Amino acid sequence: MNDFGQSVQTAIALIAHADAALVHTVALSLAVSGAACAIAAGFGLAAGAWLAVARFPGHRAVVMLINTLLALPSVVVGLAVYLLLSRSGPLGSWGILFTPGAMVIAQTILVFPVVAALARQLVGDSLRDGGDQLRSMGASPLVCALLMLVHDRWAVVTLLLTAFGRAIAEVGAVMIVGGNIAGVTRVMTTAIALETSKGDLPLALALGLVLLAVVGAINVLIALVQRGGGHRGSALAGAR
Amino acid sequence: MTDVLLELRDATVRFGDVQALRGVSIEVRRGEAIALVGANGSGKTTLLRLLHGLVAHRGERHVRDPLARQVMVFQRPFMLRLSVWRNLLIALWLARVPRAERARVAEAALRRVGLQALRDRPARALSGGEAQRLALARAWAVRPQLVFLDEPTASLDPTAKKEVEALLEGFVADGITLVMSTHNLGQARRLATRIVYLDRGEVRVDLPTEAFFSEHVDPRADKFLRGELSWSLE
Repeated sequence: MNDFGQSVQTAIALIAHADAALVHTVALSLAVSGAACAIAAGFGLAAGAWLAVARFPGHRAVVMLINTLLALPSVVVGLAVYLLLSRSGPLGSWGILFTPGAMVIAQTILVFPVVAALARQLVGDSLRDGGDQLRSMGASPLVCALLMLVHDRWAVVTLLLTAFGRAIAEVGAVMIVGGNIAGVTRVMTTAIALETSKGDLPLALALGLVLLAVVGAINVLIALVQRGGGHRGSALAGAR
Repeated sequence: MTDVLLELRDATVRFGDVQALRGVSIEVRRGEAIALVGANGSGKTTLLRLLHGLVAHRGERHVRDPLARQVMVFQRPFMLRLSVWRNLLIALWLARVPRAERARVAEAALRRVGLQALRDRPARALSGGEAQRLALARAWAVRPQLVFLDEPTASLDPTAKKEVEALLEGFVADGITLVMSTHNLGQARRLATRIVYLDRGEVRVDLPTEAFFSEHVDPRADKFLRGELSWSLE
């Protein structure tokens, strides 16, 4: 209890004084996860929409693979990206290992299946409701699917916030490919892991509280989106 | 210009173990208003969807006039979660109406169905009758030659029914060919020039409207008209 009370005080002090290191860590966390989600949104929404309407040999296997990747362990992604970007790896010439760029790549790979799988489900459900109507009006299957993303835009926002929550809360991938370098690649989750290993539990807990506050703010945002935008999002949020 | 817009020859549709349509042959000619009638489950909606090209089938389906634009108005019209106005604009975009003309055409379509005052309202917030009128506006806006309607006045109140029927009469007056399914025999009599009676997936009677109601060519159609067709499969 003592540690917890102390860590709450520490967290409040860090936030109140706008501690420079903390601000940088939080800003980097938001930037890396935000960039990863933006990239994953571009590819994931398009892939999900396409998978909802495409029919080809192996389609079911691809859908199952994407669904399975929802549970992709972040350390496995970190390891794979590390092997790709290390000096001896196929992309070693890029020289971006232990940079925020590498962290963005790792988190993009991590959240892409989340965006694609949920978008496919969302679009598929809506197409059962109105796909024939759109086809009757002359829309191609892919245009039908993209229109359904517009139709379900509030649920899409919820979906993207869910992906962002997954990205910002993960530690394994960014630790491996970022290296947790102070002022360069240190984000909230890796900072918490470091302080815990050093035995500075109050600071680790304080950072944890800040991270919880950020995730809490995301959940408030989801609730606001659901309230403002419709009911489909709640089903997705409930599935989280 | 061919008189026949669309033709089915010995068309059969199966949904798993269920044979929804069997051996249907029918022609849709320009300027006709065809009513598909029959008991629940007789295959009216499936036939409409088949004519429109929305279901897989065996047999032949020929679009004799590929330039004739065809649209379908569903029993529960699907509206995107956008305003009435944007739903119309998207329909026009999908129909490849030039961008410069879309606003004018959409305005005219809203005027035609009397929904100008609701143009900025979310389309999914419309009442059943208003949604059906918007669906008709969306269909009319793309200047179709052929419109399929699946029970266009089902579950509407009498006033809304009357409004929708008046719009359909306007479609016919504009020379638009109609094919609609309906349970309302009075409506079929008022609007249709030809009646197709379906029974258990087969076309049993295909006659001009007056002949359908006056001639007794099929005992099951007679029973249907008298409201004596039992729920059980006889």
